[in-house]
Amino acid sequence: MLPTAKTISPPSDDKRWKIVDGMMRRHGHEPFALIEVLHTVQETFGFLNDDALRYVATSLKVPYSKVYGVATFYHFFTMKPPGKHTCVVCTGTACHIKGAPVLLNAVQEAAKIKQGETTPDGSLSLLTARCLGSCGLAPAVVFDGQVAGKITTESIKRRVLEYMSADGHDGAGKVAEVHK
Amino acid sequence: MNQDDLANIAAQTKQGDNRYDHVIKVCVAAGCLSANADQVKTQLESEVKQRGLETCCKVKGVGCMGLCAAGPLVAADTNEKMFQNVTPADATAILDSVVDNKPAPEAIVMDSKLDFFTQQKKIVLENSGEIDPERIEDYIAADGYEALFHVITKLKPLGVIEQVTKSGLRGRGGAGFPTGLKWTTVYKAAGTQKYVICNADEGDPGAFMDRSVLESDPHRVLEGMAIAGYSVGANKGFIYCRAEYPLAVKRLRTAIRQAESCGLLGNNIGDTHFDFKIEIRLGAGAFVCGEETALIASIEGGRGTPRPRPPFPAQSGLWDAPTLINNVETFANIPPIIRRGGDWYASIGTEKSKGTKVFALAGRVNNTGLIEVPMGMTLRDIIFKLGGGIPEGRKFKAVQSGGPSGGCVPEQFLDIPVDYDSLASVGSIMGSGGMIVMDETSCMVDVAKFFMDFCMSESCGKCVPCRVGTMQMHNILERISEGRAETHDLELLKRLTSMVKEASLCGLGQTAPNPTLTTLRYFMDEYRAHIEEGRCPAGICHPVKAEAEVGV
Repeated sequence: MLPTAKTISPPSDDKRWKIVDGMMRRHGHEPFALIEVLHTVQETFGFLNDDALRYVATSLKVPYSKVYGVATFYHFFTMKPPGKHTCVVCTGTACHIKGAPVLLNAVQEAAKIKQGETTPDGSLSLLTARCLGSCGLAPAVVFDGQVAGKITTESIKRRVLEYMSADGHDGAGKVAEVHK
Repeated sequence: MNQDDLANIAAQTKQGDNRYDHVIKVCVAAGCLSANADQVKTQLESEVKQRGLETCCKVKGVGCMGLCAAGPLVAADTNEKMFQNVTPADATAILDSVVDNKPAPEAIVMDSKLDFFTQQKKIVLENSGEIDPERIEDYIAADGYEALFHVITKLKPLGVIEQVTKSGLRGRGGAGFPTGLKWTTVYKAAGTQKYVICNADEGDPGAFMDRSVLESDPHRVLEGMAIAGYSVGANKGFIYCRAEYPLAVKRLRTAIRQAESCGLLGNNIGDTHFDFKIEIRLGAGAFVCGEETALIASIEGGRGTPRPRPPFPAQSGLWDAPTLINNVETFANIPPIIRRGGDWYASIGTEKSKGTKVFALAGRVNNTGLIEVPMGMTLRDIIFKLGGGIPEGRKFKAVQSGGPSGGCVPEQFLDIPVDYDSLASVGSIMGSGGMIVMDETSCMVDVAKFFMDFCMSESCGKCVPCRVGTMQMHNILERISEGRAETHDLELLKRLTSMVKEASLCGLGQTAPNPTLTTLRYFMDEYRAHIEEGRCPAGICHPVKAEAEVGV
């Protein structure tokens, strides 16, 4: 199994593919490792793209259709490059009861994007989460991977506008370029 | 490692801790961490060093203390002194109070005699807030892995299952299937290769019990799984954990590594012939993967779609091998059951629901956080005694248990005991333990719509009743909340709920109508207000014909 896998070369000579290769090797290139490998790709590159899916499909000997199916079935995987900063509004029950929809609207208005979108300059991505499990701190928002609790409309707006005014112009483009 | 080594580690760790006059515990579970608990801990440590108190005062990070609303929390010694909403700047005051017994500023003093703390009965959470979740020695000092050693050296698999059966423990994932019966089925199933799976895919919004257990006491879950493995004849376990819980995953990884290097997981555990290995598999954000057959499909690397049962996973599960699937909290109950006996566990709780249950209390309630209470406590006690009632003097409206699969329980049922059967009798379910309190600022049509929206987007799409039915019900609920509905829509909605309930393939679809059904049953006046008068009594929805009456 290993020699065949070696003959398939990664989509680019980006060194980060070695991390992905390592993960596939650890699972003996078994097809059931698909989700684990996709996690690694996303962790390494920030998102999944077509080249990555094809490479994983060939390496694990899983039909491309299945890889695409899995990548799009699970909400955690994203096929869009993230912005330089991310703001994830939790829309779990506790947060909903405590006003998450109002927060979400506030950001959508302030950043002029909808949930799931990135600002045109790539400075900010607005996402939603089903539940962060931080219900005791509802409403909760994740700013760049850090959970913050008891958020108000003012505090979330302030943070988002800060993100958008700071040098947001070299963010997403860069990630995408390297990945291709 | 053998039993003597285990006892040695326990004794040494205890001795080491007894050297200190004061132990200051800082909560480092996800809730408090997001309120800068790590900085508080660092500041306390440097303050201790500065005062030269290293020999008599120890600062340690511990798991969840429960009252997330008042985090970061700090407790000292035997929890007689507790501090809330602590910032790094409070380190001096805390040390003054703990070491020199000076009174601390009122703002950070927490009353440790609150009902929230005293009315709980902790079995699953006995070590949460007490031990350092990243040190196996701490767990061993708290009698950890003793049950595993007892089982593999002194009991036969059937002897273990007998204790679990006697305890009356029922699955804590929500459905409440008797754990002993499940173990027996897997034990009896033919096959040389069997698996144990721990379901840590806590997708239910508003629930965080499993996250907290995994972050606060990960070894307890590993021990429970190993005991299960020995009992059913499995040598391999998987923990299927949400990727949205990075801290829980990190602590689990640390715990597995530690247990392996101590010989508590791996080959020839405790110098016996028992082998057991545990691997972590990450979920990827699909609620349906909490359903056992979908979870198995996901571990096998595919889309998380359920399949018809039978065959049940106990007969044919992961890679067609007999598979035992239990929830995090179920496994966490196993070590104390073995240590103290099934009869002891069965003496707690009600006739048909034994033991305790961990609840995540959230929403419009003063003391949001994690609690563990004996089964049979009334909803009123949970919400008004432990939970401290509704904030800002507002009126209680409903409590939602069981997440998208559960229902909304109105005020008239506040005195029912919390157990599997009583909650089912009022149209809700125990569920995994999320409990969301709502007051008069919540619109029940909006809540029903919220859950239906959730089920609609989480439906895997495999079976038609769920895929199409949830969407149709959502459309109707949306029409109602926007004031575009007619009275006959209610009839249609009711017909759809029973159709989806009866015809769906898996638990997601079968229970998806529950929030709608219970709100229809108990809050029909709100539906009517939207449809007939074009107004939302809570002022949440904005029906087109509306003039909102009550502001938020």
